[in-house]
Amino acid sequence: MTLANGLYPLIGGLLIGSAATLLLWSIGRIAGISNILAGVLHQSSGDGIWRWYFLAGLFFGGICLRLLQPEVFGPSPTSTGLLALAGLLVGCGSSLGNGCTSGHGVCGLSRKSLRSLVATLVFMFTAMVTVYFTQHVLAASQ
Amino acid sequence: MKNLSVFFCGWLFAIGLGVSGMTQPIKIIRFLDITGNFDPSLLFVMGGAVMLGLFSFAWVLRQQQPKFDERFHLPSVTKIDGKLVLGAALFGIGWGLSGFCPGPALVSAITLSFPVAVFLGFLVLGLALGRWLGHKFNQQDEEQND
Repeated sequence: MTLANGLYPLIGGLLIGSAATLLLWSIGRIAGISNILAGVLHQSSGDGIWRWYFLAGLFFGGICLRLLQPEVFGPSPTSTGLLALAGLLVGCGSSLGNGCTSGHGVCGLSRKSLRSLVATLVFMFTAMVTVYFTQHVLAASQ
Repeated sequence: MKNLSVFFCGWLFAIGLGVSGMTQPIKIIRFLDITGNFDPSLLFVMGGAVMLGLFSFAWVLRQQQPKFDERFHLPSVTKIDGKLVLGAALFGIGWGLSGFCPGPALVSAITLSFPVAVFLGFLVLGLALGRWLGHKFNQQDEEQND
């Protein structure tokens, strides 16, 4: 156990939890990134521009990280072609399931939502099966 | 003040993602690689976030209303249906394939990396596709109930 796979992740998780708590406390909204992004793109709800402010903060955070700790960014080991498919699946799945790792995994579980528990268990399972397949089954066949 | 607060939330969320290592897809894939090169990081990230959240969310929700809004806007759907399970399943596959989910991908956009841009572009397409599929599901439900 090193700082990189123990302490820093824990601190990061506490920061994420704090951010989600603060969003709930200030405007009563759930910090589910997929839904926030979808809300900005499919602006039928007309319930304020808070999502723009949140995303702006998110981007600004990215800028700060890039300037101060660029090492936190890493590439995906996946080919660009498969990344396209992955993006499609992540987008479609989070829209259909009404949430993602932040929406269901962080906020939903914090709210003790059974729906989010089911969603989280399901996506963890399919993600692990997918990785098993790509890392062991496919790799072994080469 | 309200908008500054929301902006700060987004900023803090991004910093949290960076500090936690979630903007490194390889760490995610290693977490999901339970039979192989296992990296427990995500367990601590989600563990930390939810341990805090279980207490802090309960405290916040005991308030009459949010600080800058008249009411809480919580999801109203409670049923566990095919849409939820299918959506989560598909999300998981995409996440496992790439090591990216929406938050880290958006934060990584600043790196101006082409692969990240491709992921994000298709993520946006996927959101629209999922929305359309969701409507189809609902239509089917309504037809069956008639």
